[in-house]
Amino acid sequence: MSDPERWISVAGGAAITAFGLRRRSLGGLALSALGAAIVWRGASGHCHVYEALGVSSAPDDDGGHVSVRYGRGIRVERSITIGLPAPEVYSFFRNLENLPRFLSHLHSVTVIDAKRSHWVTKGPAGSKAAWDAEIINEAANELIAWRSVGNSQIDNAGSIHFKAAAGNRGTDVRVVLRYDPPAGKLGAAVTMLMGEDPDHQIREDLRSLKMLLETREIATTDGQSSGAPARSRFREALSHLVR
Amino acid sequence: MKAVCWFGKTDVRVETVPDPKILNPHDAIVRVTLTAICGSDLHLYDGYIPTMMAGDILGHEFMGEVVELGSEVKNLKVGDRVIVPFPICCGRCWFCTNGLWSACDNTNPNAWMVEEMNGFSGAGLYGYSHLYGGYAGGQAELVRVPFADVNPLKIPESLPDEKVLFLTDIFPTGWFAADNCDIKPGDIVAVWGCGPVGLFAQKSAWMMGASRVIGIDRFPERLKLARDACKSETINYEQIEDVHDLLKTMTGGRGPDACIDAVGMEAHGHGAGAIYDRVKQAMRIELDRATVLRQVLYCCRKGGTVSIPGVYGGLIDKIPFGAAFAKGLTLKMGQAHVQRYIRDLLGRIERDEIDPSFLITHRVRLDDAPEMYRTFRDKEDGCIKVVMKP
Repeated sequence: MSDPERWISVAGGAAITAFGLRRRSLGGLALSALGAAIVWRGASGHCHVYEALGVSSAPDDDGGHVSVRYGRGIRVERSITIGLPAPEVYSFFRNLENLPRFLSHLHSVTVIDAKRSHWVTKGPAGSKAAWDAEIINEAANELIAWRSVGNSQIDNAGSIHFKAAAGNRGTDVRVVLRYDPPAGKLGAAVTMLMGEDPDHQIREDLRSLKMLLETREIATTDGQSSGAPARSRFREALSHLVR
Repeated sequence: MKAVCWFGKTDVRVETVPDPKILNPHDAIVRVTLTAICGSDLHLYDGYIPTMMAGDILGHEFMGEVVELGSEVKNLKVGDRVIVPFPICCGRCWFCTNGLWSACDNTNPNAWMVEEMNGFSGAGLYGYSHLYGGYAGGQAELVRVPFADVNPLKIPESLPDEKVLFLTDIFPTGWFAADNCDIKPGDIVAVWGCGPVGLFAQKSAWMMGASRVIGIDRFPERLKLARDACKSETINYEQIEDVHDLLKTMTGGRGPDACIDAVGMEAHGHGAGAIYDRVKQAMRIELDRATVLRQVLYCCRKGGTVSIPGVYGGLIDKIPFGAAFAKGLTLKMGQAHVQRYIRDLLGRIERDEIDPSFLITHRVRLDDAPEMYRTFRDKEDGCIKVVMKP
């Protein structure tokens, strides 16, 4: 970690701790614990989150099909079990135009040819980012790997793996994603605290994929009745709380 | 429509709110004909469950008539009379298809919050905070019912609302608590709490073949109901020195074969442990008052089973886990898998093996909800169970 980042950690963590303690609630307690962890991270120069995400200055020996340069970017890996046979999950995903149905930050995917497609996302604060991607490796019912090509605004690469789950539970779906966010590592770390946490996002997107494939709908309460006039959604309230 | 809304600690109001809409293809809208206040609603009323928001509609025990169906609901028709289980389940995931309904993977839109707290999230629940999905509850004139193709149970016209309403929660919850005890002929079952779940647990324990059932509480009207309606022996813990000693004496020194904690996080109790919990809970350092949990672990016989239908919500101090380990106890707990039991239990009601309406003490209108929450919380006026007609 760099020195400015360490100082930002100490100051930001202290602020979150103070805010959390003021709230005198379980959420506040959790927040203050988070704040304390960030203070420690700044003071020690060691970040468990970076460690968990695989962000490091050391060369990466993953050897996968990645386009993001070694030692740069953020790596996220998550898995989920979906109660359908691997060929069904694979073919749903391989039809790339299905992706915006469960990837909440994706606006659209347009297939150009067998390998290439055009992706448009919804970024933070209403911004948009777009790039072309190409499939660089695929094995029917097992694996799809892709990377961004050309002059993309977000360099990224990823793979999704499909494997029969033990005990006839369907398919273990594992996603590995690497990307270089617009403002580098520090930008992503700050973005994460603002509620645009890439690891959280992948977990939520995989959960949506599971819901869509297992139940043909994604659970929601958006638009339901409430006694609060002009009520803001809870997640928005929560992100204000973190800010 | 009118609905009972939560606005803060001990602040519950009847408000006019927009009618619910179909939001997903497996939804239905149900016109509520009867709803109840649950003991676990009191944890919300007293502000012990985090992530409630002003305006949230309360209530998870409700039944009514189907008035609208989503495009994918084929097994119900408008006009059907149904009870609706309190856990919202998809009926398709590994947990639902293996009988672990309340652990459903696919119905909590806010599962990530529970994952942060507990590692994993179970099913969404009606009117029980945003941790459990923030679904609008059924203490209202109308309610949206997700996955209406798997959750509601049709009720024969011959059975009145009051006999079947408690299939939504407290009867199957009490039954689940007794089922978790794996009761064998000759077993002695002790039940802490003679509120609705405790009373149903006692009835269920008898139906499963227990040889003796002991109910423990401090409110005379609840103990009387345990004796009269459930034929249980009773202990008023305020009138004796020590529950453990008395239970030991009553059971030939062995202790009960199974102990059920039908009280949960807001135990009253007395003595040093109870004061310790009260102080910590008031300071919000600890969410739960664990007097009963400590007692069940301490009182249960060696190799016995402790079953916990009472709700706990967070971290708890001073649990005699050494006693649980030393005696080799089996611990079973959790939200009841209501959908696993309701067909069987409906059959038992139809055959007159049980009439669950025995514990209703208050029949009121939805408008009376704010007053009834207070009455129920303070155990005034002999209040054991409140049902409300919208």
